[in-house]
Amino acid sequence: MKSVSYRRKATDRIMKALFLLSAFLVILPLFLIFSDLLWKGAKELKWSLLTDLPRPVGEPGGGIANGILGTLTVAGLAMAGGIPLAVLSGIYLAEYGKGAFASVVRFAVDLLAGVPSIIMGIFGYVLWVLPMKRFSALAGASALAMIFLPIVVRTTEEMLKTVPVPVREAALALGIERWKTTLFITVRTASAGIITGILLAMARILGETAPLLFTALGNQFWQTGLDQPIAAVPLQVFTYAISPYDDWHDKAWAGAVVLILLVLVLSIGARLLVRTRR
Amino acid sequence: MEAVENAIEVKNLSAWFGDHQVLKEITMGIRRNSVTSVMGPSGCGKSTFIRCLNRMHELTPGFRTTGEVLFDGRNVLSEEVDPVLLRRKVGMVFQQPNPFPRMSVYDNVAVGLRFNGKRSRAEIADTVEKSFRMAALWDEVKDHLDRMGPSLSGGQQQRLCIARALAVEPEVLLMDEPCSALDPVSTGKIEELIEDLSDRYTIVVVTHNMQQAARISDSVAFFLLGELIEMDKSAKIFTNPADKRTEEYITGRFG
Repeated sequence: MKSVSYRRKATDRIMKALFLLSAFLVILPLFLIFSDLLWKGAKELKWSLLTDLPRPVGEPGGGIANGILGTLTVAGLAMAGGIPLAVLSGIYLAEYGKGAFASVVRFAVDLLAGVPSIIMGIFGYVLWVLPMKRFSALAGASALAMIFLPIVVRTTEEMLKTVPVPVREAALALGIERWKTTLFITVRTASAGIITGILLAMARILGETAPLLFTALGNQFWQTGLDQPIAAVPLQVFTYAISPYDDWHDKAWAGAVVLILLVLVLSIGARLLVRTRR
Repeated sequence: MEAVENAIEVKNLSAWFGDHQVLKEITMGIRRNSVTSVMGPSGCGKSTFIRCLNRMHELTPGFRTTGEVLFDGRNVLSEEVDPVLLRRKVGMVFQQPNPFPRMSVYDNVAVGLRFNGKRSRAEIADTVEKSFRMAALWDEVKDHLDRMGPSLSGGQQQRLCIARALAVEPEVLLMDEPCSALDPVSTGKIEELIEDLSDRYTIVVVTHNMQQAARISDSVAFFLLGELIEMDKSAKIFTNPADKRTEEYITGRFG
């Protein structure tokens, strides 16, 4: 009797240790990546990185300020178009989507989510670059939006489905119209989850490189218009990293740190904004 | 029954979920400014019945009705009646307290007013306070109206839901087993509240609790397997029921 109880407790402890170990192993890569980046990028991590334009090889100093602005522009454009479209389609799927058309949409959105990001770049190239005969911020934004959309459509749908039916019924029973119930009660109830989905998708597109290669192209100078080629941090990191120069390699590491911090700052900022508004 | 004006007249109301008939030719009158209980065992159609009165089942696929529910001189089941306007006159309180999750206590009650076109802040604040007072909740929440709705206790949440329903100034209040998720003390408070409100509102309460039906109602309708077996004054039903099946239910032989 006693030995059995002892064994049961021991098993319980071992399992708990296993769960803990797994959780630790999951966050380990993040720390390794970040500390490695900081270590190797330390040399180039200075204010000028955030404020200056890139300089030619061999010239000391210079930064990726145009890339930061470019990334914010392209990702911002993608989100400005993507958020309303994705959230409204998510609402359609969750609240009205019972028929065959909804199944088709759901399936297509899942397929879209599985399309490799380089293909999105080619799509942007064919849709914008060929007809306009030049690379542009718009082309980059539309390629990023194609990555952004499916993630947000499906999280919106899933989050809305977690809202209990009685919450909707309570609103309808007050004589609130169905579309108002959906938009101002159901979506509001699920807003935390929907925002998390948007932030995850944002983090994803901020770091995408492949879709921008054939669309935004990159730019050594400040951007001049949305119909012109535009710089982006991941593109700069890519260019610096594949170059044969040591000082550019250092800049690539520092650029990667900036990219991670950018994602971090925007995510935390968005959460704070939402929290105070509530 | 004596000749008192009825708020709602139900005539030959039948209802189906697909092929399954859940209500069979229900005919009854619901008296104005009194409490009518709809009582019966689980699955007898009592919830379906009151959900016909505010057309809450409309979004359920495969649900259909025949017959009439006359309210304000019109058949509310007909296409000409806008369910949105109907529900502003016929409010509802549900079995599980269902305050809006990400909304403050105050907003939970104010939201119906805002969406129903009341604009001025003062007017809304006024009606909200009045509604909280009617729901006997004002003293408990007046100092933390900005707390989230779900932070209240279960009984308070249910009174919050009653206040929310009252705020849009309905004439009829439908209550679908409003106490079945509550403890005896909260149940007592809600029952007291129902009695108070019956001066001004026509109240229809669904319950499978006979003691509750006996305590709170003026009239009782007994449902069994989708049929209205009998309806009478509360005292009559519980002391001298006309139908054998009612008697069997009341004496606890089934249900």
